[in-house]
Amino acid sequence: MAQYLVLIYEAEDAYTQASPQVLDDVYQAHGRFAERWGSAIVGGNALQPSGTATTVRGDVVTDGPFVESKEVLGGYYLIEATDLDQALEIAKAVPAPYGGVEVRPVMVFG
Amino acid sequence: MAASPEAASAPEPDAVARALDDAHRREWARVLAATVRVAGDLDLAEECTQDAYVRALEAWGREGVPRNAGAWLTTAARRLALDRHRRATTLRGKVPLLVEDALPVPGVEEAVLERLEQEDVVAAGGEVPDDRLRLVFTCCHPALAREAQVALTLRLVCGLSTAEIARAFLVPEATMTARVTRAKKKIAAARIPYREPRGHELAERLDAVLTVLHLVLTTGHTAPSGEGLVRGDLVDRALHLTRELLRLMPDERELRALLGLGLLARARSVTRTDAGGAFVPLEEQDRTRWDAALVAEGEAQVRAALRGGLPGRFALQAAIAAAHTTAPSFAATDWAEVVVLYDLLGRAWPSPVVALNRAVAVAFRDGPQAGLAAVEEVATAYGDALAGYHYLPAARADLLRRLGRRGEAAAAYGAALVRCDNEAERAFLRRRLAEVGEPPAAGGAVGR
Repeated sequence: MAQYLVLIYEAEDAYTQASPQVLDDVYQAHGRFAERWGSAIVGGNALQPSGTATTVRGDVVTDGPFVESKEVLGGYYLIEATDLDQALEIAKAVPAPYGGVEVRPVMVFG
Repeated sequence: MAASPEAASAPEPDAVARALDDAHRREWARVLAATVRVAGDLDLAEECTQDAYVRALEAWGREGVPRNAGAWLTTAARRLALDRHRRATTLRGKVPLLVEDALPVPGVEEAVLERLEQEDVVAAGGEVPDDRLRLVFTCCHPALAREAQVALTLRLVCGLSTAEIARAFLVPEATMTARVTRAKKKIAAARIPYREPRGHELAERLDAVLTVLHLVLTTGHTAPSGEGLVRGDLVDRALHLTRELLRLMPDERELRALLGLGLLARARSVTRTDAGGAFVPLEEQDRTRWDAALVAEGEAQVRAALRGGLPGRFALQAAIAAAHTTAPSFAATDWAEVVVLYDLLGRAWPSPVVALNRAVAVAFRDGPQAGLAAVEEVATAYGDALAGYHYLPAARADLLRRLGRRGEAAAAYGAALVRCDNEAERAFLRRRLAEVGEPPAAGGAVGR
């Protein structure tokens, strides 16, 4: 088994302008995902909007996310899978209606 | 020394070299694929396979060429891989192993050995377990960039050197080496599995394999640059691989279509250049010199691929190729059928290149004036995508020439020449340019 971080990148605007119904739908979709793939999910969280981000580079602290882009990191899951194909199958089920996800293997030391 | 029962006696050095060469072309993928299962790592498998071929040169020179060269090489390469694992026991825990369904966990050496011996028993019977599909599907995994898929397939499945692949695809060797290295690292680090795709995955994965094979085929059919028009070695590698894959997946109609398409292209390749090496257009090719056997086989494959449901994009391309080979002459080509096939192809595979080819077919069905209008439509719709594509001004030039608009034709031939890097095609364009006269002095209209 190996661990993969599934990073969810979406357009934040879509959520700030979305109706409560849409937000509820996405929330429910995450619930169904967690139910379906519960055994593979090691952890995960939604993040506060990128406007709340603070960047530290060296010892310089600045306001905002590390990279400015239309689709920003909004949440993540840490999953466990036998190989990339299984990780991708799980990643395809992660709700990300306003963007997509990036799958990164977790580096193992030792 | 008495020859072993497997071997012929007193081998000629030439015969050994030929056998080895042959084994390299035919058996490389099979040997490497079988070795990956023991090595668990592509780099190690590659080294051991290479080593096995080096040892073969010596051993076969001494003992004769074995009847089953593939089995000999596979056994040798796998033993080398296992030796390396044994010697590196301390390292073994750290080696990122390729994920494979049935491969025992590293460290369970007995299990590996036992399995190896079982497989050797099978090998002694002449049948080496065929892992090539696993290897091909690993190289063409959708998580790898297209150019990495192509490079890995040519390197690992076809056994081409990185330098050869770099030359074929017009990139510096260092770039190609970096590309291959990066792809191998991703396979190990992201755990891209070494297995055949299952069920629903197969269709999407097969499409990547087909695209890679098609790319190798077209690159060989018309080299993107250089002196010669055709790189026959690339075409032959792609054809060989396609044929082998079809043997393993006989029901895949698109694979069969691709084989048909490749065979028909190969059948015509001798007539595509003149004695001086310049490109000869289809219209002027001597059809009596087409390889009749290849045409017959190609057409049979195309017919088989077209049976049993909606044709895919390769079946449609192959059907177009067959429309040309079955026509008794260029003038007698069924252009109406060709246009219909391009219409279908444009729907199955929307692409500016398909649209341009359709426009050319329209010109032969309805005359150069209608063709020119169709070409201009394509230029308007896809201008940016086709900006560096010399076949667009070349098509325009040809139609202007047929309409007797010599000055405009010359300008368009000039525009095509600026964008064309293949010497054989340039020679043809220069010949046509001379026929219609030099471009007008105000060459700025050529556009750049």
